[in-house]
Amino acid sequence: MTVRVLLPRMLADCTGGRTSLSLDLAGDATVCAVLDALAAQHPVFDRRVRDETGALRRFVNVYVDGDEVRRLSGLATPVPSGAEVMVVQSVAGG
Amino acid sequence: MATTLLAIGTRKGLWLATSEDRRSWSLSSPHFLMTEVPSIGIDTRGGRTRLMVGVRSEHFGPTVVHSDDLGVTWDEPAAGAIRFPADTGAAVERIWQLRPDADDRPGVVWAGCEPISVWRSDDGGDHFELCRGLWDHPHRAEWGAGYGGAAAHSVVPGPGGTVHVAMSTGGVYRTRDGGASWQPRNAGISAYFLPGPAPEFGQCVHKIARDAADPRRLYAQNHHGVHRSDDDGDTWTSIAAGLPSDFGFVMLADPRRGGRIWVVPLVADGQRIPPDGRLAVHRSDDAGETWQRLDAGLPVDEYNAVLRDAACVDAGDPVGVYVGTRGGEVYASADAGESFTQVAGHLPDVLCVRAAVLP
Repeated sequence: MTVRVLLPRMLADCTGGRTSLSLDLAGDATVCAVLDALAAQHPVFDRRVRDETGALRRFVNVYVDGDEVRRLSGLATPVPSGAEVMVVQSVAGG
Repeated sequence: MATTLLAIGTRKGLWLATSEDRRSWSLSSPHFLMTEVPSIGIDTRGGRTRLMVGVRSEHFGPTVVHSDDLGVTWDEPAAGAIRFPADTGAAVERIWQLRPDADDRPGVVWAGCEPISVWRSDDGGDHFELCRGLWDHPHRAEWGAGYGGAAAHSVVPGPGGTVHVAMSTGGVYRTRDGGASWQPRNAGISAYFLPGPAPEFGQCVHKIARDAADPRRLYAQNHHGVHRSDDDGDTWTSIAAGLPSDFGFVMLADPRRGGRIWVVPLVADGQRIPPDGRLAVHRSDDAGETWQRLDAGLPVDEYNAVLRDAACVDAGDPVGVYVGTRGGEVYASADAGESFTQVAGHLPDVLCVRAAVLP
C-alpha cells in the first residue's frame, strides 16, 4: 500500500529538503509504521518528532486524512492505503 | 594576540563573538535561530577547537551539535549524542551543561541534563553514556524541580575520579570513582524552603565551582546562601558576609589563581533583580573572606537577572569575565572584572555564555 506524507517545512533540513513524499508500506499500517519508515530514511527527522521512548513530541501533531491522531488511537492509529498523513508542528513557542 | 571566542546562547539562537583584544568584538549572525541554546562547551584541548552546543526547539526537542570550524559548519550524530537507554523509559528534555574535562583526560566531556542526569563522553562529545550510578541513586525519587526544571546543571570534574555535580533540587553530589557511586555533600547549605533543619539533600544549589589552586576547595551559590568548602564538599561554610545579598545564580572561579571567585548578586528569591537596579559583579580574591563590587562599564540601570550559565571566565591572562542578562545584553571584561565593555545588546534572553582563548 502507498501513503502520502506531508512534512513540516521547518524540518526540511532533516529530510533532504523534501516536504512531501510517498511511502510504500506493508498492509495494516499504523502511524507508528509510517514514522518508522520515515526514520529509516531520515533518522534526525525522527528524533525531531519522537523522543527516545518513541512518544510523539508534545508540540508535534500528526493527522491522518485530516483527523488528529491523539483523538484517535495515537501512534497505533490505522493508516489506510491511499491516506494522507500530515506531520506538523502545533501552535507553541514564545 | 590570540583570538578569543565568546559563544552566546540565548532563548532564540546562538551568536558567536570574536575579539583580538577582548574589548572590541565582532558579532556573527545568529545560528539555530528560534531554538534556545542553554548549554555550550568550548573544547580547546589538543590544539584544536570544538564548539559543542545543546540546542532545544520548543517543537522538536533537544539535541547536541558540534562544530570544528568555529560555526562555519555544524555536525549532529544521526543517532543523537545524548539519548536515554530504552530501559530507563526516560527522554532528555534539555541539555543544561556541556563541560570538557581536564587536559589530562582528552576526549572526556561531561553533560548535565533534565531530567536530572549526568553523562560522560569519551569521544569528544559525539556520544555520551548515562552515569548509571547517579541515575539509579535511591535519592532520585525525592529530587525535585526548580522553576527551570529538574536538572543536573553543574558538572565540575576534579582530580582522579572525583566529580561534583549540583542539581536543582537535590543539591551537591560527589563521586570519587568516576561516576559509579555518588554521595550527597550539602552539610552547611540551607534549604529554607523546606521545613525543619537542613536535610542531607534536597537543597537548591544554583552553581558550584572549583578553586584553581586547591582542588578540594569548592564554592557554591545557593538559593539564598554563598558558601565555601575546604574539604572536597564534606562541609560548607558561609562566605556571604560583605555581599549585598546571598541570592543569585552565578559562581565563577578563576582558572589560574586560587581564591579568586565572582558572583552576581540578585536581591532575593522573591525579587530577582540586581540590588537597587544596578548590575554589578562581586569578586573575592581571598576565597570569599572579603568582596569587592565591580561595575565599571556595566549599565547603571538594569533590572534583568543574570542566569546561572550566563556568566563565565576564559583562561586568558589576565582572566576575562563575561556576563549576559535576560535583557539580551552581553558584557566582557579583559581585566578580571575591573572594567567591562559591551559585546552585544538587544539579543533574546541570554541563557549561557562560554569563552575561550583559541589555540
